[in-house]
Amino acid sequence: MSYLVAIVLTGTALLGCVSGVVGSFAVLRRRALVSDLLSHAALPGICIAFIVAGGKHYSQLLTGAFLSGLLGVALVTLIIRWTRTKEDAAIGIVLSTFFGLGIVLSSLIQRSPEFGGTAGLERYTLGQAANITRDDVVLIAIVCAAALAVVVLLYKEFKLFSFDPDFARSQGWPTLKLDLAMMGLLGLVAVVGVKAVGVLLVPALLITPAVAARFWTNRLGPMLALSAIIGGLSAAAGTLLSAGVHVDWLGFDPLAFGNNDSPLPTGPLIVLCVTAVFLFSMLFAPRRGMAAQVIELVRLRQKTARENLLRTLYELSEPELPRRPIVSPEVLRTERAWTAPQARRLLRRAEQVGYIEQTGDGPRLTERGLAEAAAITRTHRLWELFLIQGANIASDHVDRDADSIEHFLPSEMVDDLESVLARQGRLPAIPGHLPESPHELPSHGREAPRA
Amino acid sequence: MPAPPLEIHDMTVAYHRRPVLWDIDLVVPQGQLIAIVGPNGAGKTTLIKAVLGLLPLASGKVEIFGQPYDQQRHLVGYVPQRETVDWDFPVTAFDVVLMGTYGRLGWFRRPGLAEKKRSRECLDHVGMSAYADRQIRQLSGGQQQRVFLARALAQDAQVYFMDEPFAGVDAATEQAIVELLQELRANGKTVLVVHHELQTVKEYFDYVILLNMRLIAVGPVATTFTTENLQTTYGGRLTILDEAAEAVRRGEVRR
Repeated sequence: MSYLVAIVLTGTALLGCVSGVVGSFAVLRRRALVSDLLSHAALPGICIAFIVAGGKHYSQLLTGAFLSGLLGVALVTLIIRWTRTKEDAAIGIVLSTFFGLGIVLSSLIQRSPEFGGTAGLERYTLGQAANITRDDVVLIAIVCAAALAVVVLLYKEFKLFSFDPDFARSQGWPTLKLDLAMMGLLGLVAVVGVKAVGVLLVPALLITPAVAARFWTNRLGPMLALSAIIGGLSAAAGTLLSAGVHVDWLGFDPLAFGNNDSPLPTGPLIVLCVTAVFLFSMLFAPRRGMAAQVIELVRLRQKTARENLLRTLYELSEPELPRRPIVSPEVLRTERAWTAPQARRLLRRAEQVGYIEQTGDGPRLTERGLAEAAAITRTHRLWELFLIQGANIASDHVDRDADSIEHFLPSEMVDDLESVLARQGRLPAIPGHLPESPHELPSHGREAPRA
Repeated sequence: MPAPPLEIHDMTVAYHRRPVLWDIDLVVPQGQLIAIVGPNGAGKTTLIKAVLGLLPLASGKVEIFGQPYDQQRHLVGYVPQRETVDWDFPVTAFDVVLMGTYGRLGWFRRPGLAEKKRSRECLDHVGMSAYADRQIRQLSGGQQQRVFLARALAQDAQVYFMDEPFAGVDAATEQAIVELLQELRANGKTVLVVHHELQTVKEYFDYVILLNMRLIAVGPVATTFTTENLQTTYGGRLTILDEAAEAVRRGEVRR
């Protein structure tokens, strides 16, 4: 890795880290769009600073960018307060106006004989990380250190204010100042990022790491840390891809087309990297990720189907208990309106767990299956009894209502139900014994199951 | 005689220049459970928010134990409406309760062992210690309300303002809140509660503030919570105030 690449890498990685931290608060406060506003509104400031200061010194341009970004935010606030325009519309208007103004100004500068062609302001739209110098990195490092110091120092205040601003104010915290401090940090990081990633892509670096991190943790501290790591690593990865490091590893360039060997732009690559992390988090994070939720759903469906099977078998066997009769597959299917393949699959799974045994004439509950089926049926009937008495649901509807809830009942609640019903004298005196079904069971009226 | 926990003089509050509370004058006695009652849009939440300095006063003043609120906020606890915060926020029940101690800590200082111990006690007090480490979205509505109450307890205040703590909670939580209120009263605290269920006012509260854009009546439940006063509060006699407010608003719009 060349010295130049190392410089750029340091700059973008630092930027990614601090964006992740500062952006987290914006995301949690549902102010993500403000980062868009800040960065777009920064462009005319860069141009005006260029005209006024005449030079290209980074810090002058950044000051201009920062001021015009904040001016944009102030304008939005005033528009919302003084007119009936809603926040999203106001942001949309101010953002595009400032951006348009910036583009016009930069073409004017480009055309003027004084600066003609040397300004390079077009870089600030999409960024050009390759132009980051050692001085720039020093500036980025200072801004990052300052921003992180503020967040560490004001962690408690930021946390409280982001979660419950009214409560914070009732405790006497100056919420306006805290709001401005957060906005200032966001603006600072946004304008520092403009040179590397560009006005258009800075928001991605502020918003996406935070959203990705939220998938993995339910605590604020870890979320901030993780967001910083995601931002830093994505920025580093994008920079390395842009510098062609993967070409050295692979021995060829999969992204090359024809003979053109001009490097791919850093900013967009960084954004794609951080989006990849986001997509991975969205799909595969434990609990909050989509895969975890699908698995959970499938598990629940299987549990519901198995419990329904066992209860149906129990009810079909009930007249002959304690003998465990063989149940005809056709009778079983009509009870539940299962298709033949559905019933076969359910029975096969139940057999694997050892709840039933298959005979030539049909399935039969095992000892273990009978115990499990009795417990499930008991919960079902307890719940039915409760619904009829407590919720006044008609007894001919109660089966279906009980069905949709009982699979979710925690065992403590079943115990509660039991004691309530016992107190009302609705339960058989023998503990663990099943109450009778409060409604007619179709299975009991029909032909007796074959033995 | 010691200064009362809350005294409001001639308070008028306006939203976007449209008055929502007119000329409120009231004094609240210490060590009582006080219901703030009135129809929707009567300004109950506005009253609390104005007292706590969350809304600007168009006129009048508020005193807590004889001093302006700014100097007395360490004596005040606040339970906002449950819907006002984002329950998906990445904090645990314990984190939220700990926030009650932030006011006394002041700038930059992090909560230490004493604050954490106190917060755990407060969570325990509302029967929520088993849920301390749960993210707050994973709590039921009643449990979330208890967490908010525990946070107010952690403020260790003399006067509490609670905005609809009974809204949307289960029977067990309602009972727990009532017991908590009685305990606070037994310890000499004053609690003002925005309350919606008229049928429980007599059972739960000692004192009542009847509100409908203006103060209808204030006093002990036994003498003030009368059919006549309720009719005034909920009846349609306020059209004039409504029209006046509307006229003010239209005047603003035209300008």
